[in-house]
Amino acid sequence: MSYSDKVLDHYENPRNVGTMEKDDPSVGTGMVGAPACGDVMRLQIKVSDDGVIEDARFKTYGCGSAIASSSLLTEWVKGKSLEEAGQIKNTDIAEELALPPVKIHCSVLAEDAIKAAIEDYQSKEKQS
Amino acid sequence: MSTNTQRPIYMDYAATTPMDPRVAEKMVQFLTPDGEFGNPASRSHPFGWHAEAAVEAARKQIADLINANPKEIVFTSGATESDNLAIKGVAHFYGKKGKHIVTSKTEHKAVLDSCRQLEREGFEVTYLDPEPNGLIDLVTLEAALREDTILVSIMHVNNELGVIQDIAAIGELTRPRGILFHVDAAQSAGKTGIDLSTMKVDLMSFSGHKIYGPKGIGALFVRRKPRVRLEAQMHGGGHERGMRSGTLATHQIVGMGEAFGLAKAEMEKDRAHITRLRDRLYNGVKDLEEVYVNGDMAHGVPNVLNISFNFVEGESLIMSLKDLAVSSGSACTSASLEPSYVLRALGRNDELAHSSIRFSIGRFTTEAEIDHAITHVRKAIAKLRELSPLWDMYKDGVDLSQVKWAAH
Repeated sequence: MSYSDKVLDHYENPRNVGTMEKDDPSVGTGMVGAPACGDVMRLQIKVSDDGVIEDARFKTYGCGSAIASSSLLTEWVKGKSLEEAGQIKNTDIAEELALPPVKIHCSVLAEDAIKAAIEDYQSKEKQS
Repeated sequence: MSTNTQRPIYMDYAATTPMDPRVAEKMVQFLTPDGEFGNPASRSHPFGWHAEAAVEAARKQIADLINANPKEIVFTSGATESDNLAIKGVAHFYGKKGKHIVTSKTEHKAVLDSCRQLEREGFEVTYLDPEPNGLIDLVTLEAALREDTILVSIMHVNNELGVIQDIAAIGELTRPRGILFHVDAAQSAGKTGIDLSTMKVDLMSFSGHKIYGPKGIGALFVRRKPRVRLEAQMHGGGHERGMRSGTLATHQIVGMGEAFGLAKAEMEKDRAHITRLRDRLYNGVKDLEEVYVNGDMAHGVPNVLNISFNFVEGESLIMSLKDLAVSSGSACTSASLEPSYVLRALGRNDELAHSSIRFSIGRFTTEAEIDHAITHVRKAIAKLRELSPLWDMYKDGVDLSQVKWAAH
């Protein structure tokens, strides 16, 4: 399997790797995938009071395309409003990274991850 | 290190071996106008006679490694064809006697898919589960044998795990019952002892390119005493005593013969060299946490070391190990997106199957290459675990088997 230069770049130099305090009310955490399927993504976003994503962090267990998809996603969501971030489509990610058809599920997982992180943040907001 | 620094370090000898230069040198003598290019079946001139003599010499070299009679060696295009010929050939010849076949879930696809084809033709196949270390339990195997069992097919050395099955003991179960016993020995010839004068094996498949010989050539041992019959799968000029028609590829056969001859002469030297390097490799990585050996080093050939590095996915590991040519049981490296069926058959969980890397080394592997591999592996594991949410959770004491995952 050959990878696009963009996948290789994100894989070699992943952006925004890390962990945020998941109990922080300004942090939303999305964890998607399953080890049995060969990929698990954890995406965390830090949201400002006016609903803008100030920071994002990820950790991913999975193939190079899964790692690249989540790394790219952290770059894209930063500075976006929750609404804008929620509109990121897996096809945008797949196109940007030139993922081959067998790797499309990696971009789907990334879309699921940002949706799950937003949902987690919003459910925390409601509780408080 | 090789002089060609552009290429990765080759650690995929179980997939194929480079040809020994001594083999290649011999092969080129059987191709060109000034060489022995004749058709071994030509009886009317020296071109044919010389080619035939070369084929017969190679047949003897192969028979000598496994302690068989040269007349028991049938040349084929490779171990896949040998497996097909043995299994379908026996089933079709003895199908009136019985329609039951016993094999195992960790066999090579050439065996499994031949069995699947026979199922479509009305045969019944029992696929044995191996023990967690990859070995077939003899009691389980014996219990699977029936009145109408005509064939047992169990590989000698598993290609993914390197474990060695006790084929001598299996032969003691099949022979008294009049059941034929086929063994795929593609991965074992030249690596562990095979003595067909004592082992009660009736058919055995061999490959040229797993033993420093050429690709595109293999052989099937077909026992003469007691005599084993086969229905040919390839029809034509009646070559190879009618069992496999087709002009004999003299240069390929000579190459395979030379490779088997070298294996016989150098097996102990190879084994000592490879065992030392395998131990060096394992010792260099075993202290990383959550490292699991797939298979059984105590009951395996030294040239295969299959390891799962937990919480690291195999394909991304291979991507990190781009300076090493290795293979993985990860789903992402296969077209089917399923992790290795061999590791799954051992009862390994999917995570560990996804995390597996097979290092297979050989005659030309050097200590410097092993040391490079250790450095690369340690660096890659550290990097990928730093990226892995599963590693985080493991470090935090989370029991991953209790987590409810959003499967997709």
